[in-house]
Amino acid sequence: MIESLISDTHAELMQSAKRAAPVVLSTRIRLARNLIGPPFPERANAAQRREVLTRCSDQLSAMPQMRKGTFIDVANLSPLEKQVLLERHLISRELCDGAEGTGVYINKGQTCSVMINEEDHLRIQFLKIGFNLKSVWKLIDAFDSDLEKSIDVAFSPDFGYLTACPTNLGTGLRASVMMHLPGLVISGQMERVIRAVSQLGITVRGLLGEGSDASGHIFQISNQQTLGESESEILERLANVLKTIIDHELNARFKYLEENGTQLLDQIGRAYGVLKNAHVISSDEALNLLSFIRLAVDFGMLPETNRADVDRLVIESQPGHVQYVAQQGIEPDARDIARAAQLRQAFRNLPALVFDKLENPE
Amino acid sequence: MVENLKCSVCNKDATVHLTQIINNKIHKVDLCASCAQQKGVTDPEGFSLVDLLSKTALEPVANEQTQLACPACGQRTADFRRTGRLGCANCYEVFKALIVPVLEDIHAGTRHKGKVPADALSRQSYQLKLQGLRESLAHAIAGEAYEEAAKFRDQIKALEEAKELEIASK
Repeated sequence: MIESLISDTHAELMQSAKRAAPVVLSTRIRLARNLIGPPFPERANAAQRREVLTRCSDQLSAMPQMRKGTFIDVANLSPLEKQVLLERHLISRELCDGAEGTGVYINKGQTCSVMINEEDHLRIQFLKIGFNLKSVWKLIDAFDSDLEKSIDVAFSPDFGYLTACPTNLGTGLRASVMMHLPGLVISGQMERVIRAVSQLGITVRGLLGEGSDASGHIFQISNQQTLGESESEILERLANVLKTIIDHELNARFKYLEENGTQLLDQIGRAYGVLKNAHVISSDEALNLLSFIRLAVDFGMLPETNRADVDRLVIESQPGHVQYVAQQGIEPDARDIARAAQLRQAFRNLPALVFDKLENPE
Repeated sequence: MVENLKCSVCNKDATVHLTQIINNKIHKVDLCASCAQQKGVTDPEGFSLVDLLSKTALEPVANEQTQLACPACGQRTADFRRTGRLGCANCYEVFKALIVPVLEDIHAGTRHKGKVPADALSRQSYQLKLQGLRESLAHAIAGEAYEEAAKFRDQIKALEEAKELEIASK
């Protein structure tokens, strides 16, 4: 049922060579909204949830931004399809585990998804490749204002937008930026960075959110606080922290290159060799090796035009995507074989690494 | 003998003890091994206590005097203490006194400073005004106060016309 979504080569996360940048992979913002009247999803009964689902999906389908979009009733998804959408951050774990009457509306291009009856009645999300907090906020703000013309949202002058959990109260805004931080990890500084930003009300998580570890040196960094500051204050504070992290990351990379250049080039070269030739490879190993290939693009050892390929492989190497493409092999062993085959195929089309620039610095 | 710390979630013996500073306050959480696993506390450095805190700050309080219940959705104080979540929009009024201390712990402030859904609010205030006038009109007619009634009828008409004009101008 999600075939057209997965095979769409114009999906935001799957292209974007022009806009992708070093360090930052993608920017997401979500808003939590609830309707006036029905209880929040966890407290609502099946009939109330279905009513909210119908009402919201009707309103969403009337929005210009959702033209040619896809509505999915989560009850109709197989576990594998859920896993794939989860790996693309189009739905959340909580939505997958939700009771009857949960759904998601995804726009064409997959930059916007609206979850219905997740923790809140509506969870609106916009996503863009690269470091784009301002432009993503503009998009989601406009969408939210449009939606509000036809939907009465629960709001109090004191507390702002009312949400099921007080952690989202006020703006209901959570901005998450996906960052590739091999320099900080390799030089052993990541722990310090996490400790420092957590004191600023900023959270650091692994690639797949809550509780996942930092596979592939990829971290999700987001604001924790939603009340007491305006949206622009929240975003500005987050942006400042992220800019500092980017600076530290770039410094760490160059320092490491200066002090351990040969070792780093060896790691990149070996990663390339393994990904190009392996016949059995786990998701973790693939992600960690692909991290070095992304680094190779940052260092100019591979053409910038191949960055999107690398970012696409990071997504396609995750277990759900591998199984979905292979149309088989729920068994992890078969999965690791299929993943290796896909990677070999992709690496056949990549140019060789150019070491010259870094091997003999002037 | 020192009493073993109990897991904040399930009350078994806690083996994982976390401390984090949020808004210059020290927060501590104790968890048993299985809850720690479940909550994703495998890497304490990468884990934020805030999600948990909103619940642990709400741990059952022994002999709590007032047990509130939300008339709209039936949520009780005990439900709120257990889940850390509200049942409906109206709960924020009912449990306000319990919620504010939690907000002080986890947020930058306790008052909303962000976006206001202006359209939705003006629609709601229009509906409320209209409803009030209609009730006054019915009341006046029932009491045979026809002069009053005419006044309310004119006000309703003016309000509706202003709304139509506003819609047309968009």
